[in-house]
Amino acid sequence: MSYTIFRTFQFHPFLLYPTSILKPRNRFFFSTTTKATQTKVPTSTQSKKLDKIPKDYEAVIGIETHVQLSTLTKAFCSCPYSYGSFPNSSICPVCMGLPGALPVLNSKVIEFAVKLGLALKCNLAFNSKFDRKQYFYPDLPKGYQISQFDVPIAAAGFLDVDIPLEFGGGHKRFGITRVHMEEDAGKLMHAENGNFSRVDLNRAGVPLLEIVSEPDMRNGIEASEYAAELQRLVRYLGVSNGNMQEGSLRCDVNVSVRPIGQSKFGTKVEVKNLNSFASMSRAIDFEISRQVLLHSQGQEDQIVQETRLWEEGSQRTITMRKKEGLADYRYFPEPDLPSVILSQEYVDAIQNCLPELPEEKRRRYEKMGLGMQDVLFLANDKNIAEFFDATLAKGADAKLVANWIMSDIAAFMKNEKLTINNIKLTPEELSELIGSIKGGIISGKIGKEILFELLAKGGSVKELIEKKDLVQIADPVEIEKMVDKVIAENPKQVEQYRGGKTKLQGFFAGQVMKVSKGKANPGLLNKILLVKLNSKS
Amino acid sequence: MKMLSTLQTPRSTLSRFSIPSTITTFTSHSQNLPQASITTQSPTTSQPQSQILSIRHSLLSRNLSAVDLVRSHLTRLRLTEPHLRSFLHLPDDQTLISQAHDLDRRIAAGEDVGPLAGVLVAVKDNICTADMPSTGGSRILENYRPPFDATAVKRVRELGGIVVGKTNMDEFGMGSTTEASAFQVTANPWDVSRVPGGSSGGSAAAVSARQCVVSLGSDTGGSVRQPASFCGVVGLKPTYGRVSRFGLMAYASSLDAIGCFGSSVADTGILLHAIAGHDRFDATSSKQEVPNFLSHFDSASSFESKPLKGLRVGLIRETIEDGVEAGVVSTIRAAASHFEELGCTVNEVSLPPFSLGLPAYYILALSESSSNLSRYDGIRYGNQVYAEELGSLYGDSRAKGLGSEVKMRILMGTYALSAGYYDAYYKRAQQVRTIIRNSFKEALDQYDILISPAAPSAAYKIGEKKNDPLAMYAGDIMTVNVNLAGLPALVLPCGFIENGTAGLPVGLQMIGAAFHEGELLRVGHIFEQTLENGRFVPPIVADSVE
Ligand SMILES: [Zn+2]
Repeated sequence: MSYTIFRTFQFHPFLLYPTSILKPRNRFFFSTTTKATQTKVPTSTQSKKLDKIPKDYEAVIGIETHVQLSTLTKAFCSCPYSYGSFPNSSICPVCMGLPGALPVLNSKVIEFAVKLGLALKCNLAFNSKFDRKQYFYPDLPKGYQISQFDVPIAAAGFLDVDIPLEFGGGHKRFGITRVHMEEDAGKLMHAENGNFSRVDLNRAGVPLLEIVSEPDMRNGIEASEYAAELQRLVRYLGVSNGNMQEGSLRCDVNVSVRPIGQSKFGTKVEVKNLNSFASMSRAIDFEISRQVLLHSQGQEDQIVQETRLWEEGSQRTITMRKKEGLADYRYFPEPDLPSVILSQEYVDAIQNCLPELPEEKRRRYEKMGLGMQDVLFLANDKNIAEFFDATLAKGADAKLVANWIMSDIAAFMKNEKLTINNIKLTPEELSELIGSIKGGIISGKIGKEILFELLAKGGSVKELIEKKDLVQIADPVEIEKMVDKVIAENPKQVEQYRGGKTKLQGFFAGQVMKVSKGKANPGLLNKILLVKLNSKS
Repeated sequence: MKMLSTLQTPRSTLSRFSIPSTITTFTSHSQNLPQASITTQSPTTSQPQSQILSIRHSLLSRNLSAVDLVRSHLTRLRLTEPHLRSFLHLPDDQTLISQAHDLDRRIAAGEDVGPLAGVLVAVKDNICTADMPSTGGSRILENYRPPFDATAVKRVRELGGIVVGKTNMDEFGMGSTTEASAFQVTANPWDVSRVPGGSSGGSAAAVSARQCVVSLGSDTGGSVRQPASFCGVVGLKPTYGRVSRFGLMAYASSLDAIGCFGSSVADTGILLHAIAGHDRFDATSSKQEVPNFLSHFDSASSFESKPLKGLRVGLIRETIEDGVEAGVVSTIRAAASHFEELGCTVNEVSLPPFSLGLPAYYILALSESSSNLSRYDGIRYGNQVYAEELGSLYGDSRAKGLGSEVKMRILMGTYALSAGYYDAYYKRAQQVRTIIRNSFKEALDQYDILISPAAPSAAYKIGEKKNDPLAMYAGDIMTVNVNLAGLPALVLPCGFIENGTAGLPVGLQMIGAAFHEGELLRVGHIFEQTLENGRFVPPIVADSVE
């Protein structure tokens, strides 16, 4: 099929006109090669410091997030999608919007939407529908986007977030206005000489969930933590890879500022091009400062409804386009698709299969007595949390496991640039290792040596101990022999010790440990050593 | 009844039952070539035959080769086409003849051939065919060739049908005459100065003039039924969802249905059976089982004296009132009498919201079409106009590629969906749609079928209504309600009004309950086989062969 499709695909959709006329439209962001209007902020304000938010203003932030679903096929056809594949290599009559082609819903989209809706504690619409959102743009093959308008599949939920300690800590709950299903558009590729643009429809028809938050965030950190938690959630649920760089998770934020005590919202500015949580946080804080400054100078009329672009290089937002009245998308129910009816059984079945969510995990770890820093480190990454839980399941002590993971294992992963999924150590062996130390079979020092071997090469703790003859010597008779040997071989030091230079105990302990090849039980060793040294015989 | 012309008098007798039905007795005609049967039998002395069954028999009994069959059809096509202009695209003869060769080889080898083997099927140009251009009658898709067959076409081909060409139509289905085609105007085979109806005018004319055996059309507000009536052929609009819309260029998605044309009820039913059924590429296609429509057909020889005894027929009162040509009304009343003769009880039934259908239909159809036609933007396919900036690229490509009727409908549909107007127009029209649906449901609880004219007039002159869109829209009054209700309807010729050289055919519309096409076909078959002057063959057919 794909061969014949290609035959009819005209690969020169734009002929000879400058890229600058391709004014980005709607929520799609196009590369900065598109000429963006320079910022209209007066030069006087630019020179001033923008890093402080005066206490008499408050920012109001709401976020629209588009999450690309990791379904095997697109939302309404059977084309697969993989990021970065050759342009127009994954298209068919349906996602190209050819005459006569019709959409057929991929049921996984519903499943994923219900999963996320439940995880966000939303009310589900048991009878929802698709609508057409209509506008013209070359990356939109049908001239409309299949979306949901007045009846989103999920609404009125919330997301709980633990703010990291370095940003002040604390638990926050942010409202979720709605979650709805829609399809992605294609991509435009502008020629380097700016003379024409090409359309890549690989991404057209890929399923998205749009998650709209309540305007509950007050600063950049809260906003980026909300987004990070959402990323965590979709990864925990397995509905998306949540990758911001690939555009699997895209956030558009709306920022407005108002004097504290005022209930009316200030003029809202949309900020785009937020490719990481860090840039999101910085962009919002910049935008807040910019608006506060204008407010404090009595120039709030210069805050206009517009879309601004975050420039990573200059660390500021610039005007991308001004809103010219409200766009009329002429929504109406999509006649090609039947309504989406959910049954209680279907929803229950999904509810019962939901994994433990990040917030639940954090609360559970907290109850184990772990500190918030440990809790966040362990729960923030789904794979680390799974590793941690699997180690606990083998009977290891939570605090000890947390310590091992957060110190030596984390350091190793950082140095080797590995994730927890590609280290050789298994949760079983970590549990075994911790147990062996606790049970006195090996010393902590040897434990660490074994750990690095396990991390890098794998293998079992028992085998390593056996092979390397690392079992701790805890037999007093044997240790006594070694102590006797060391005392006999160092008469001079014995004399000095007995003459009052008791600091030499460390020297003797070291020598005995050396003789034991590090295997002597340190407690026992010291006990016997002291007895021997202090006895006059 | 006093208005009846001599041509239209159905004598309402059952004396013609001795003429055998082709359904079970086609063997008796096995010596007749199907196309020959048209000319050798006097149009006034015979009932319609199933050409499909006759072809099948001829081929399987080796009385006729598929190549001969195709050649003789092509001969007639070549003779008639310059007068009619039914087709926008015809493949070269060799393409069709080689398909026929292949079929002959398979028959000779004793292979199974499908029920449509050797049947020449014309396809409306808004139904996608991979091997032929598909323009929807629009300049913007001139030379566009889809990479796939529509599901209906695919099924026709799988069953052995040979696609003979793509038929003319009003651009994207928007019109009632084919005058809104970007390429040509098709003439009515009964009187070439008249329109064939539309939008499926080419498909209706092609069947009427025997340029093909059967044809596919599409019906959004009557686009199969009205041209069937104007051209004197059988036209069927199935229940919404009965036939997959995959590959049908969308006009109004919630109303569109692919329909069938034939020169007999039996052929129409055979074609419907071939294309009906669920399709996983159309989420609105129904999973209702498709019965063998013809298994309930009785041969005319076995008809009892009252073969439709007990059938409750409701004549929709609103369709025979003011604004309907007197000749049409009298023909329909005569058809009602014929039903009575056949044993039916016929009563007039009122559907009070009937007149609301037209405005509701136009709001909904135009709203949906304004959206469905957005894809014709010149970006991916079709004609693109060079422009300095994006807005002009869209504007100029569409201004140049789309015709004035289409532009007007897009504008009206866009308006109806605009913020602030949605509730007043689209939403209210949907409410009216529900009322109409319920009204039909009530009526069909009381009656087995409802009957009405298929159009308020017979075929009118080319150019007569071209500059009066409102008059043209008003012509859809008989048919649009059926699309709003999603019901099946069969139109079959039931008489003539005196006009033109040979009189003009008038079509009777029979409306049934959802998915009851089988009942409509069964009743239609009996009606057709018992109708005095039941053959509707335009003079051009005889002329072209003589
Ligand atoms: Zn596709």
